[in-house]
Amino acid sequence: MLWIICPTCGERPIPEFRFGGELPHVPDRITDDAERNLDWVWMHDNVDGVTTERWFHAAGCRRWLTLRRDTSTDRVVA
Amino acid sequence: MNEFVETLLDLPWHEPKDSYDVVIIGGGGHGLATAYYLATRHGITDVAVVEASYIGSGNTGRNTTIIRANYGIAESVRFYQHSLELYRSLEEETGCWIMHSTKGLLWLAHTESGLRAERARSLLNQACGAETVMVTPEEAKRICPQLDLSGGGRYPVLGASYHPGAATARHDRVVWAYAQGAMRRGVDILQHTPVTGLLRDGGRVVGVQTEGGPITAGIVMSAVGGRVTTIAAMADVRLPIRTHPLQALVTNAYAQGLGPIVSDSELLCYVSQTARGQMLMGAEFDSQPSYSMASSFEFLQSVATKVTSILPFLRDLRVLRQWTGICDISPDYSPIMGATGVEGLLVTTGWGTWGFKAIPAGGEAMAELIATSQTPSLIASFGLDRFARDHAMADQGSAGTR
Ligand SMILES: Cc1cc2nc3c(=O)[nH]c(=O)nc-3n(C[C@H](O)[C@H](O)[C@H](O)COP(=O)(O)OP(=O)(O)OC[C@H]3O[C@@H](n4cnc5c(N)ncnc54)[C@H](O)[C@@H]3O)c2cc1C
Ligand SMILES: [Zn+2]
Repeated sequence: MLWIICPTCGERPIPEFRFGGELPHVPDRITDDAERNLDWVWMHDNVDGVTTERWFHAAGCRRWLTLRRDTSTDRVVA
Repeated sequence: MNEFVETLLDLPWHEPKDSYDVVIIGGGGHGLATAYYLATRHGITDVAVVEASYIGSGNTGRNTTIIRANYGIAESVRFYQHSLELYRSLEEETGCWIMHSTKGLLWLAHTESGLRAERARSLLNQACGAETVMVTPEEAKRICPQLDLSGGGRYPVLGASYHPGAATARHDRVVWAYAQGAMRRGVDILQHTPVTGLLRDGGRVVGVQTEGGPITAGIVMSAVGGRVTTIAAMADVRLPIRTHPLQALVTNAYAQGLGPIVSDSELLCYVSQTARGQMLMGAEFDSQPSYSMASSFEFLQSVATKVTSILPFLRDLRVLRQWTGICDISPDYSPIMGATGVEGLLVTTGWGTWGFKAIPAGGEAMAELIATSQTPSLIASFGLDRFARDHAMADQGSAGTR
C-alpha cells in the first residue's frame, strides 16, 4: 500500500487521502484564443516517472499537501 | 516469452517483412480485431500487428470479461449494443469457441438518486436499442437469490436495473480467435517487438521503429492501451489520457451458481461467475495515475467489504489470485477513436476499464476507417477532435467505476 507522510499527522495510509491532481506547468497565457485552452483544459503529460502533485488529507488534518511520486512504481519519493 | 501462445496454439506465424500497407501497434483485443476485420471485411491483408510482449498480455488478457450495452448516452448505447451483437455471433463467424455466455446483469441502486440514474439509463437504453428494465428488490432477488437485500444492514437495495443481454466471454480466447482469423488470411503478428519510435516524413507518420529495425507503413494505428501517451508523443500528439491501475481478483469455485452479473455503481464493485465456478470481481480504479502493476491490500480489503455486504456467501470463499492492469482513462469516460491530426497516424484509446466489450465494434469501425478513409457514423462522435469542438461525451455513470 502507498503511504504518505503528512507534515501534520505523520505517515498515514492512502485511503485517508484524496488525490488532487498533478501540479501542471503554468502556461504563458491562460487565455490563448488560438489554442482555446485545449491543451490546458484537457491534455495530460501522463508522466511515466516522477510527478509533483497535490493530496488532501481528508480523514486526518484536512489540509492539502504537495508531494513527488514515481508513477512507474507508485511510490512517494519526496 | 509465452510458450503457450507461441507453441501450443494453432496460429500460423509468418516471417516479418520491412514494409506493410497497415501497421497496428499493440496486440490486444482492439489491435487484433482491427487486423481481423481489415482482412475479412475489406480484403486488406498486407497488415502487421506489432506487439511488445505476447498477444493478450495487456488488459485484454486481464479483464473481468463483462460485455454489456447499458450505457448512458445515445451514441454509446448504439455502439456497445452493436458490439454485444457482434460478440453473440463471433463463435459462428470465426469458428472459435470463446465461451460466450449470456447471463444478464443486475445493477443495484441504494439511494434515491441512484434509482433515478438507473431509471434514466434504462429509458435511454430502450430508446436506443439495448434492453434494460427497472426491477423491484423482490424481482432482483428472484433473478439472483443470493442477494442480501438489506445490504448487510448498511446498503439496503431500493431497486435495480436489469440488462438481460449482458454476457461474458473468455478474454484470451477472444484474442486467439481474432489472431487466428487474421493470421490465416495473411496478417503478420510480430510478438516481442516493442515500438520504440515512429518514422516520420515531414509531418506524416510513415512507419514504426522497432528494436529489430524500421518497418514502413501506409497507415499506422496505435492500439497500445495504457501506454498510448508515449506512442502519441513520438508524433508530437498530446492526448487527454491518464493511466490508472485497475485491479481484479478471483476466488475458488462456488458450487451453487450465481446467475447474473451483479454490479453496483454506488458501492463501485461488481461480481460474476466464471465457467469454472470461480467468483470474479472488481471495483473502482486507483485514484492516482500510475503505471505500477502491483496489487494492493487496500483494494482487497475494500472490494471484499463491499461485495460481501450485497452477496454474503462470498465470505465463505477464498481469494486465489489478484492482479492489475493499467487503463487509458479519458476525461469523459468515453473512448477516443480515429484521426490524431497527424497524417498517417490513427488511434484507438480511452478504453479504460470498459473496453473489452467494445473489441468487436471498435475493431470493425477502425478497419472501415482504415480501408475507406471515411469515419463510420457509429464512431463519428468519439473522435479526439471532440474536445476542441466542446463536445465531450461525459458518461462516467455507465463506466461503473470512477
Ligand atoms: C482488471 C480489469 C478489469 C476489466 N474489466 C473489464 C470488463 O469487465 N469489461 C470490459 O469491457 N472491459 C474491462 N476492462 C477493460 C479492458 O480490459 C480494456 O479496455 C481492453 O482490454 C483494452 O484493449 P486494448 O486492445 O486497447 O489494450 P490492451 O489489451 O492493453 O493491449 C495493448 C497492447 O499494446 C502493447 N504495447 C504497449 N506498448 C507497446 C509498444 N511500445 N509497442 C508494441 N506494443 C505495445 C501491450 O503489450 C498490449 O499487449 C478491464 C480492465 C482491467 C485491467
Ligand atoms: Zn494530516
